[in-house]
Amino acid sequence: VYQVFENVAKKYDVMNDSMTLGIHRVWKDILVHKMNPCPGTLLLDVAGGTGDIAFRFINYVRSVRQRQLQRKLKNHQNLSWQEIFESYQKDKFNSLGDSQVVVCDINREMLKVGKQKAQHLGYSEGLSWVLGNAEELPFDDDKFDVYTIAFGIRNVTRIDLALQEAYRVLKPGGRFLCLEFSHVSNPLLSRLYDLYSFQVIPVLGEVIAGDWRSYQYLVESIRQFPPQEELKAMIEDAGFFKVDYENLNFGIVAIHSGFKL
Amino acid sequence: GRARPSHSEPRGRDGRGGEEEEEVEGWFQLYPGHIPTSPLQKALLAAGSAVMALYDPYRHDMVAVLGETTGCLVLPNLRDKMKNHPEGYRILQERPRIRLSTLDMARLQGLPDGSLGREYVRFLEDNKVSPDTRMPPKFVDDEELAYVIQRYREVHDLMHTLLGMPTNMLGEVVVKWFEAVQTGLPMCVLGAALGPVRLSTRKLQVLATELVPWAVRSGLNASCVLNIYYEQRWEQPVESLREELGIFPPP
Repeated sequence: VYQVFENVAKKYDVMNDSMTLGIHRVWKDILVHKMNPCPGTLLLDVAGGTGDIAFRFINYVRSVRQRQLQRKLKNHQNLSWQEIFESYQKDKFNSLGDSQVVVCDINREMLKVGKQKAQHLGYSEGLSWVLGNAEELPFDDDKFDVYTIAFGIRNVTRIDLALQEAYRVLKPGGRFLCLEFSHVSNPLLSRLYDLYSFQVIPVLGEVIAGDWRSYQYLVESIRQFPPQEELKAMIEDAGFFKVDYENLNFGIVAIHSGFKL
Repeated sequence: GRARPSHSEPRGRDGRGGEEEEEVEGWFQLYPGHIPTSPLQKALLAAGSAVMALYDPYRHDMVAVLGETTGCLVLPNLRDKMKNHPEGYRILQERPRIRLSTLDMARLQGLPDGSLGREYVRFLEDNKVSPDTRMPPKFVDDEELAYVIQRYREVHDLMHTLLGMPTNMLGEVVVKWFEAVQTGLPMCVLGAALGPVRLSTRKLQVLATELVPWAVRSGLNASCVLNIYYEQRWEQPVESLREELGIFPPP
């Protein structure tokens, strides 16, 4: 699996856009909206490689923060200019409101691409990049408010270990969110989806990334991944409560959610 | 049909020596590196690689893939031409490969000027190329045809030497015209037709008026270039080989 992502890192984003015809961006947006983070949230994004979730989280929190500040200013209409200036100063350096995201990935190349992207897009504060294994996270217990893993959990050898680790590093009250390819129950759609996956995706991999094999592996690993209910059961086994899932695009993708209470 | 999902580790290698087909990576390979593809996949690959090769000329792997996916009608003809010629037949039997590890560079360099070996080495040095950069075939679904296309790729540099063309865009287009006439491979035809798009008008003029007519005439006149056992002819003077094949002297 490591070699697959080493080869794939640089062309990862281009391939995602071509394979999903850009829809993956919508899926990731939906994930962050579902998360609905407020400023001050500490997020751990596992297998976050090129930073897609991290950047969306930062954008979301920034806009929430903006609205917070605007509301505060509106309520301070009868303050003196001095007081307004002081409060503005205090908040200016806090555009994220102390929110932070830690991007953790097992693959150095993916992290490298992510860091470059962050620089290129102008994301600097509130971001850290850590090399680590989802089955054995380099973090203390009860640290994070939210744990996300987007399109990463199917590449983990021991999913149960990753879920246990997720439980461990989350604070009580913390939320687990998983975005992953899942099973399509509709038979017609399933056949079309299979046709597209097996016939088109490896070809795209060869033409765009010069790598048929990695994308053949990708398509196969999706088929082998546990379906929605099974994954839900696994998440419950790790100790999470209120576990639920939401199908996107008829089950091509599903978001599973659980809470540590 | 579509490729079957593998239920073993994607990179598992079980050594099944002695069998014609090997199941490695979850599909049946006819030769190492083989990726079996459905007709739909081949069609998509052909289209995709054509677009990508034009979009990014440095993607030599795309040119190779285009050749493999479009060559299925032509490769059997080439193979038959080789089979029906005594030297070609021997090549098919012995399957020689042109690679740095198999070539004795020191000996070739020591050969007299004008000999095939000396000129070939000079060509490699002048243009800073190596015979080891040729891609092995992946999408040809016949093991012997895979060798034929591999031979064609490895012999390409020798074509440059015989035609006296360098590896710049102009030289490559001329060689493509020659190869298109000689082999009939659709990839050569496409390359010959579309390659000139990237040339300046001055070069296009030279190409159209002198080089292409010569390349075409030579290609039509010459016997099949794949039927020459080059590895046994290093001492032969280039001039003599040209005459033997029927290639007219370059302008």
